[in-house]
Amino acid sequence: MHPIAEKIQSRFPEGFLSANEWRGDLAISVKREALHDVCQYIRRDPEMDCDYMVHVSSVDWPDEAERFEVVYEVYSIRKRHRIRIKTRVPENDCRVDSMVDLWMGADFMEREVFDMMGIRFNHHPDLRRILMPDDYTEGYPLRKDFPVQGKGWRDTFDFLNDPN
Amino acid sequence: MKLEDQRTTIYKVDPNHPETADLPTLRTEELLLNMGPQHPATHGVLKVIMELEGERLVKSTPVLGYLHRGVEKLAEGGTYHQFIPHTDRLDYVCAMYNNFAYCRAVEKLMDIEIPERAEYLRTLVAEVQRIIGHLFWLGTQALDIGAMTVFFYTFRDREILLDWFDELCGARLTTSWYRIGGVEKDFNDSLIDKIQRFLGYFPPKIDEYVIFLEKNRVWLARTRGVAVISAEDALSFGLSGPTLRGSGVDYDLRKYEPYSAYPWCEFSVPVGKNGDTYDRYWIRIEEFRESIKIIKQCLEQMQPGPIMADVPSVTLPPKDRVFTNLESMIQQFKLFSQGFDAPAGEIYCGTEAHKGELGFYIVSTGGGNPYRLKIRSPSFIHMGAFDYMSKGYMIADAVTIFGSYDIVMGECDR
Repeated sequence: MHPIAEKIQSRFPEGFLSANEWRGDLAISVKREALHDVCQYIRRDPEMDCDYMVHVSSVDWPDEAERFEVVYEVYSIRKRHRIRIKTRVPENDCRVDSMVDLWMGADFMEREVFDMMGIRFNHHPDLRRILMPDDYTEGYPLRKDFPVQGKGWRDTFDFLNDPN
Repeated sequence: MKLEDQRTTIYKVDPNHPETADLPTLRTEELLLNMGPQHPATHGVLKVIMELEGERLVKSTPVLGYLHRGVEKLAEGGTYHQFIPHTDRLDYVCAMYNNFAYCRAVEKLMDIEIPERAEYLRTLVAEVQRIIGHLFWLGTQALDIGAMTVFFYTFRDREILLDWFDELCGARLTTSWYRIGGVEKDFNDSLIDKIQRFLGYFPPKIDEYVIFLEKNRVWLARTRGVAVISAEDALSFGLSGPTLRGSGVDYDLRKYEPYSAYPWCEFSVPVGKNGDTYDRYWIRIEEFRESIKIIKQCLEQMQPGPIMADVPSVTLPPKDRVFTNLESMIQQFKLFSQGFDAPAGEIYCGTEAHKGELGFYIVSTGGGNPYRLKIRSPSFIHMGAFDYMSKGYMIADAVTIFGSYDIVMGECDR
């Protein structure tokens, strides 16, 4: 296993789920409850020192019990390593802790995840929609069950050539 | 009310001060001002709600999404090849670098080696695009600040390079010249001749822009010490590119994670130290010179060779063979109707575009479409720092602050 993953595993034996290295990218899956502690560790610990927030993302796996995956990718400018921390949340309680207290850039990135995937972030200072309109009520566009066509106000139009 | 009375009431700020205590108190509530979405200096459709105290910004809330087109959702519905033209429309003034970043991400997913000549071509064109991007930025930033002349000079030179792109791939802005596994077309003699002439023409022009700006008192007053951000905060916000390097962090993916032909070229990364708008400007000016160096080295070191990786299951066949050779036609047809079979897995690949780190996070579950494609666009992330950086500055500075990120809304809203 990657030395960084080993360190995280030995420090958080309860929260650590798995580590995967593919194409040179290190991805570590942790339990939702441990996410903030793990992130705090990789942010503050001088050996990890991940001071640069790369992106926050989310993936929808509709067929799985814990449906949504929240992905944080961070980088260390001094140590030059990149770590991807992933966690799963179920659909009926899609909440994770916000990382705004660790990386200020997480503010907008988490808002985007909320907007696109509907995942709530605990303790986020300003959790509103960011790309979609504030009063948008038709769901979360990047979920897999969001229809690519045939939903929305355009379908209520009366078409002139409607045979009925 | 007489003018003098008005003046005293306007300037009365401290009710406890002995000189102003007996004057009538003023309502001091903050003023809410909408800037945008249609505003000539917002670089697109961006709205900022500003809370003002006098002319100072107390809080600014960017309202994004006016240009949201759901590009990430669109990517899930098409094959990997079909997404390349969509990347043109992200940062629509610098399409080449978006193509480059996307193709690199897919190549990392597919684990494809690119032939050497293709790497040199890619690097060269990417650096030409970087010059175009910085010229565009310099012109519009100077225009926003009030120095109109520079705009005409930078756009004159940008035009030369856009015509060069036109000859290279038939389009000036929406280029789609990069392909997964290589590039679409090789250079011809006329293109090499033109870029070489540009290399002789351009360096004196850089000095010309510098003369326009560096002795311009308005420019200096409005950039020096404006929107200062410390290295620590800039990193925490995830800023990248010249915006981060202005604060003294030498984070440049071309050096940190060398890709394409950058490891074979010698160039340096200019780093500022004050973290203000002026340093961000200075870095871009220096990057002109570095880009010129890289282009020169690419032209010198380039050897004839293939321009496309030889992986028929992934890469497109040469165009001239598609119409003459049955196998190539089948290959082309299959790649565009079904796509190639990507392995299951996930990758993140960041590329140093001229604005900052442009990254693609691709999750694949096999098959021809990406399961999830996330675009890490520098403009969006830079906008997250806008409130923090603009606090306490004047309304007029707001435009120069997000101007100094080189913001393009197509990329910000995706």
